[in-house]
Amino acid sequence: MSTATETIEGLVKSEYKYGFFTDVETESAPPGLNEDIIQLISKKKNEPEFMLNWRLKAYRHWLTLKEPTWPHVKYPPIDYQKSVYYSAPKKKGDGPKSLDEVDPKLLETYEKLGIPLKERERLAGVAVDAVFDSVSVGTTFKEKLGEKGIIFCSFSEAVHNHPELIQKYLGSVVPPGDNYFAALNAAVFSDGSFCYIPKGVRCPMELSTYFRINAANTGQFERTLIIADEGSHVSYLEGCTAPMRDEHQLHAAVVELIAMENAEIKYSTVQNWYPGDENGKGGIYNFVTKRGVCKGKRSKISWTQVETGSAITWKYPSCILLGDNSVGEFYSVAVTNNYQQADTGTKMVHVGKNTRSTIISKGISAGHGQNSYRGQVKMLKSATNARNFSQCDSLLLGDKCGAHTFPYIEVKNTTSRIEHEASTSKIGEDQIFYCNQRGLSTQDAVNMIVNGFCKEVFRELPMEFAVEAQKLLGVSLEGSVG
Amino acid sequence: MSTQPILEIKDLHAGVDGKQILKGINLTIQPGSVHAVMGPNGSGKSTLAAVLAGRDGYEVTSGKVLYNGIDLLELAPEERAREGLFLAFQYPIEIPGVNSTYFLKSALNEIRKHKGMSELDAMEFLTLVKEKMKILELSEDLLRRSVNEGFSGGEKKRNEIFQMAVLEPKLAILDETDSGLDIDALRIVSTGVNKLRRADSAQLVITHYQRLLDYIVPDFVHVLSNGRIVRTGDKALALELEEKGYDWLVRPEPAKA
Repeated sequence: MSTATETIEGLVKSEYKYGFFTDVETESAPPGLNEDIIQLISKKKNEPEFMLNWRLKAYRHWLTLKEPTWPHVKYPPIDYQKSVYYSAPKKKGDGPKSLDEVDPKLLETYEKLGIPLKERERLAGVAVDAVFDSVSVGTTFKEKLGEKGIIFCSFSEAVHNHPELIQKYLGSVVPPGDNYFAALNAAVFSDGSFCYIPKGVRCPMELSTYFRINAANTGQFERTLIIADEGSHVSYLEGCTAPMRDEHQLHAAVVELIAMENAEIKYSTVQNWYPGDENGKGGIYNFVTKRGVCKGKRSKISWTQVETGSAITWKYPSCILLGDNSVGEFYSVAVTNNYQQADTGTKMVHVGKNTRSTIISKGISAGHGQNSYRGQVKMLKSATNARNFSQCDSLLLGDKCGAHTFPYIEVKNTTSRIEHEASTSKIGEDQIFYCNQRGLSTQDAVNMIVNGFCKEVFRELPMEFAVEAQKLLGVSLEGSVG
Repeated sequence: MSTQPILEIKDLHAGVDGKQILKGINLTIQPGSVHAVMGPNGSGKSTLAAVLAGRDGYEVTSGKVLYNGIDLLELAPEERAREGLFLAFQYPIEIPGVNSTYFLKSALNEIRKHKGMSELDAMEFLTLVKEKMKILELSEDLLRRSVNEGFSGGEKKRNEIFQMAVLEPKLAILDETDSGLDIDALRIVSTGVNKLRRADSAQLVITHYQRLLDYIVPDFVHVLSNGRIVRTGDKALALELEEKGYDWLVRPEPAKA
């Protein structure tokens, strides 16, 4: 046996540097899920009646649903009664009115994660909504964005301050009964981010939400709703981390995007939830529903995701291309190392005329990782001259991992055109030797080859994120070869 | 003044998958010299190159290789490269998505780091590269492409020599660099190689055909047959081979039943 194969097998631990825990006093609901818990969450958040009713309806629907079994992932049954559905850092008095009043321990946490929230150290050009377990602890640059009429705040705030927008759009893209996890989210979601870009406004900075799971045995259920009104433009980033724990934790989020005529939403995710240890112990179950609707003509929604974390990833950021000439894009890099599993991809539903979609998916498997691409392209009868291009590439490191592709194509209009390309390759020993012979170490060679493989996706990310994503990829695959 | 040889191969036995291919190679290469290793197919030429570069899967069963006085066989492939050993591949490898400039800059900086020199920044590197490209008559377009991806056979070989020009090795091993080249490409590549000759470095040119040696004039010609060097001579030996073929030098293998 060659040394390259041996070293691929010689998997060593790569340090998950976000695995720390913040010791803050919390206020948590007792474990379990029932109507009382939902009442409690709604009450805690001081929600208007319509929200409580919406939640209860979703919950009752959830009870009738069965957990999906079609994803290509394996995990023991989840006991939903064991999880805690609400956990928040204890507030003093009325709670912080501004970031200056936020518990310093929380500010410190975000600083450690590389997301300083304090005025002086904030990331230039990025407004951040920081979500800690079930609640948003603060949003930066709110006032500055307000000057342009942009609303960027926590979901809870939006429920109070902009109930008309919430009532109009909440659940309009992902209905509460859409699927098992979306229904669960609708019943118990506790916070998240809300964003509205008014007509003709180009958002002057990147908007971003940073999700942090801290408390043990707690699920995180957040909701993001972004509305880009006519002719507006917004780029949104999402980052996630969690402490290292031996138990699995559930993260079931919902993201809804709405793009009006000529509007553009670019949604980027760098998902780095705790992936579990090298034996597959612990890690986050990341069961997420993300969907956008291109409502208006010539609107555009672009999803870019770099999925390196989580024990299991189950998500399909999708686009419904309603408006004529609207555009949907999906760029994805998914990495599974050790015992990680990913079943991810997208759905492009072409409704309007001349709608176009592009899917670029790059799956990387190492260790015992299982990586599946699942994508659906649907051309409805009305989708005259619609076009889709899909490219799914898989890269294998070692011989114990797996790559799978499940494309679904449904065409009801003969003028539409669909192209699908797929490839699977292994990092060749000859490629590594070639790099070695030029003086590069095996680890550097693998990083270089993997980054080259992901290039088409990385170039879609905003600058700061692209650099971060490259580094993250290096860390995720550390020890997979070398 | 006696100089230390760049390479000393002593009674080298090596093989792959348990099959003995090199059966006692002895070869000494002094700085400033060009050695050609010729021989029929299957004589062990490429195995010799692979063993010297440290390719995985090749096993040295006995013998010694000293490189500038140090035990070459103890070093990992990347350490050999950083010490100035360069192999121009017979079949250069494609690395999709990895930019040629980035690749070569990383390689050069690894070598410079190893030598205790400062790393070159993007601007310094580009200046260097532009100068070296002229030697190989390469277009700058190549720098923007992925490593060897979509290159023609000739471009790949020229790119190998271009990398050699940038990395300035102490010992360059050219493994059948002439194969698959038309006469113009052969001229460009050879001219490039000749320009890279230095008093403190050496070249080991592995080839099947004499024609490469019309351009790269060797100081020594070695004929490899059945894992051994069976004859050493000067340039005239290559011409003799051209005329008579290998048969007169190569002892026939015992006939198989």
